[in-house]
Amino acid sequence: MAQISVTVNGKTRRAHVEPRTLLVHFLREQLNLTGTHIGCDTSQCGACTVLIDGRSAKACTVFAVQVDGSSITTIEGLATGDRLHPLQEGFWEEHGLQCGYCTPGMIMAAVNLLADNPAPTEQEIREGISGNFCRCTGYQHIVSAVQHAAGKK
Amino acid sequence: MAASPVLPKLVGQRVKRREDPRLIQGGATYVDDVKIAGMQYVQFKRSDIAHGRIRSIDVSAAREMEGVEAVFTGKDIAAMLKPLPIGTPFTSPPHYAVAIDAVRYGGEAVAVVVASDRYVARDAADAIVVDYEPLPAVIDPELAMQGKPTVIYPDFPNNLSVPLISSGTGVHGSTVDDSAIDKAFAAAEVVVRQRMHNHRLAPSAMEPRGVVAHWEPSKGFMTIWSSTQNPHILRTMIAGMLDVGESQIRAIAPEVGGGFGAKINIYPEEYVVAAVSKRLGLPLKWIEERSEAFVATTHGRGIIGYLEMAARKDGRVTGVKLRLIADIGAYNMLLTAAIPTLTMMMANATYDFPAIRTTLTEVFTNKTPTDAYRGAGRPEATYFIERGMDLLARELNMDPAELRRRNFIAKDRFPFHTQTGAVYDSGDYEKALDAALTAADWEGLKKQREAMRSDGRIVGLGLAMYVEVCGMGPSAALPSTGGWEHSQVTVERDGRITATTGVSPHGQGNETTFAQMLADQFGVPLEHVTILHGDTGVVKQGIGTFGSRSQAVGGTALHMAGTKVKTKMAKFAAAMLEAHEDDIVFENGEVMVKGAPASAKKFSEIASFAYVPIPLPEGMEPGLSDEAFFEPSNNTYPFGCHIVMLEIDRETGEPKLLKVVAVDDAGNLINPLIVEGQIHGGLAQGIGQAMIEEVVYGEDGQLLTGSFMDYALPRAIDFPHFELHATVTPTPVNPLGAKGVGEAGTLGSTPAMVAAASDALGVPHVDMMLRPEKLWRIIQAQGGQHGSEQEGGRP
Repeated sequence: MAQISVTVNGKTRRAHVEPRTLLVHFLREQLNLTGTHIGCDTSQCGACTVLIDGRSAKACTVFAVQVDGSSITTIEGLATGDRLHPLQEGFWEEHGLQCGYCTPGMIMAAVNLLADNPAPTEQEIREGISGNFCRCTGYQHIVSAVQHAAGKK
Repeated sequence: MAASPVLPKLVGQRVKRREDPRLIQGGATYVDDVKIAGMQYVQFKRSDIAHGRIRSIDVSAAREMEGVEAVFTGKDIAAMLKPLPIGTPFTSPPHYAVAIDAVRYGGEAVAVVVASDRYVARDAADAIVVDYEPLPAVIDPELAMQGKPTVIYPDFPNNLSVPLISSGTGVHGSTVDDSAIDKAFAAAEVVVRQRMHNHRLAPSAMEPRGVVAHWEPSKGFMTIWSSTQNPHILRTMIAGMLDVGESQIRAIAPEVGGGFGAKINIYPEEYVVAAVSKRLGLPLKWIEERSEAFVATTHGRGIIGYLEMAARKDGRVTGVKLRLIADIGAYNMLLTAAIPTLTMMMANATYDFPAIRTTLTEVFTNKTPTDAYRGAGRPEATYFIERGMDLLARELNMDPAELRRRNFIAKDRFPFHTQTGAVYDSGDYEKALDAALTAADWEGLKKQREAMRSDGRIVGLGLAMYVEVCGMGPSAALPSTGGWEHSQVTVERDGRITATTGVSPHGQGNETTFAQMLADQFGVPLEHVTILHGDTGVVKQGIGTFGSRSQAVGGTALHMAGTKVKTKMAKFAAAMLEAHEDDIVFENGEVMVKGAPASAKKFSEIASFAYVPIPLPEGMEPGLSDEAFFEPSNNTYPFGCHIVMLEIDRETGEPKLLKVVAVDDAGNLINPLIVEGQIHGGLAQGIGQAMIEEVVYGEDGQLLTGSFMDYALPRAIDFPHFELHATVTPTPVNPLGAKGVGEAGTLGSTPAMVAAASDALGVPHVDMMLRPEKLWRIIQAQGGQHGSEQEGGRP
């Protein structure tokens, strides 16, 4: 077991983890932050996307021990109090989700996208979220959701 | 009294979803989020060969590992569970939840591990050693029908699960009279023939399957959470298999991350986790890994069609023969055998065919079983018939739109009895076609195509009509489950409304659409309505969500239950207001005597009286709650027209979709925003099938597309902006006039894509999927040129 100290959604967490424990399992099982989902086992789907020190990363491809000393943001930490993040608002306003399973990861990937490119074109949005699968929406309303959020920035 | 603001009518409005706040904040509870004290984890050991006898299984190392609670082999499980039931009337070989002496597809479960932790459970499964005697794998269904390379089940000669069934002209029960068909083909001025393959797909809901089962021995009661589309069917099936009463089981479909038909089936894992929980008296969790999902969750499609179409030179089709071969995989699951029968039924498409004959053979192979996948039998029918119409159009040098127009069932002929057994409720196919031609600017697109071609680009146009069968029911169509739906509506003591529905949404947004309906029906704000679903402990009865039935069947049950409660509420109001119940009106969250706003009572006031009725009005029971079962008289038949423009890269053969125009007629719409989302999703899956998705097996039966690294799930960059339009032809089958829209997008888009690719290459037909290599080879065979024939060869 290894000891790690991680800031998750602004709160410092100290924990013992097996060296092989994936970050996504650490978040879900040990911290009970179940908003981060698991949709595949080959790092394709992006359902587990979180922010590590402000950059999006697939939490199934990172060991918990690797984030020792880092700052993680998950979907649970995105809103400010009762105020939704512009991307959360965008997804709600534009019907950017159906079953909701890919949504947390999709939103976190879009946070990274808008941080890099605050006014993306439709094509840039499509490219920017292509590390994340959605099986429900055909992506069109997700594109609208990101545009909605970008317009508010 | 101050006048209340007038509440807007919500049905037909783009109301944003009430499900979303929990989903966008990480607050939803999917199966893997369910945690119970003392819960143990289940892992299945799966076969890594497609076909073979099990010589021995050594579980000793697994049993000895620290943290392992128990290990069971197929024999152990067979002592707890009978062979799995199926929901179709065909005979089928016994299917044990865990294989006993033979495996028949790669990924079939051979042992079960229970351990304290999911990592330990996986380690233990890896430590199980299975010795197989490999047998030849039966992969090609057409060779399988000749018994080659071997026969999987001795009792099913030539691997035939369903040897041959027929429908259409001249089919009378078990007898077939070929004369009408033969006459049509003998007199034909033109005949087209084509073999086509509607290949296998992996449904790939983003949430894999999962089960938590908790048997409490002292209560004799089980709670089972499953990522399912139909918890009530799950309850019935689990009760039957565990030999306990349905009232001893509470089945919960918590938040479900998509289903697409693949979560209708009740799977071996659901039975096993339940049975082992009961055996051990422990709460157990099993969560499917994605690589497991590719082998252990049913596939969709997998049907070969041999089409022959006879026609006159004026484009009028005179006869259709469609011979279907369904590659169903190794076992019959709940609805496996029934899905291809929908292809037979819907082969009549939107056309007035004077004679049509469809036959179907279902074949066992050493592959993952097939079952429902979005569209389930209807996209296959649409693909075969629409491609046939294009072949005819090409043969006759006719615009594909014009050829279709000449064969449509006229709008004044509904209800229309097809010879393949459907009764189309309502339709106006020409209107949908014209709407699509106008929206896409079909003539303009043709000019654009020619301009692009003169620049040396390989560009094609495709158009397809579709009609699908939705609103599943009635019960006669679903004899194993029933085809009705149930709802209970309650006006609570505080005047707010709670309703349950037996449909079990997993992305369809019924918490919103059903609340819109009740808000309008009672004249109350949306926020005052709550829709509950997906829990047999809360929802008394139900069938579930599949076959685009939620709105047409579930929505109607809701409406009926609402009507009963509203009627009763009017009676209580009449007693309070000393008026006649016929004079009571519901407006803006209040109940009043018509024309006398001063008489208005709040919902909470009526409810207070209904729940504390002093005195109880004569002839009434207290309370404001009632239920309804709705049994539809028929299915609904939505339809539409999809048009695509596609370009193929000359150097790489890669297809690129330039334009998609979809006109869909789903009858009356409750929430156009949600309907758009449904159509987008369907289009993505239909286009995905045509363009990049395909389940591929090697000759040895190994699944070559067993992960998202190899199975190409469409990404956002694979699609252009979809252009949607609607026509509205209400159904007479239900009082809402709503037909259903969940699957529509998968029907027209796929043949339209293939039509466009064929048109681009100037060939009669290039079969799905549109693999760049395949297209590149065609371009190369044409000497790097394409479509060099005269313009008249194409529409």
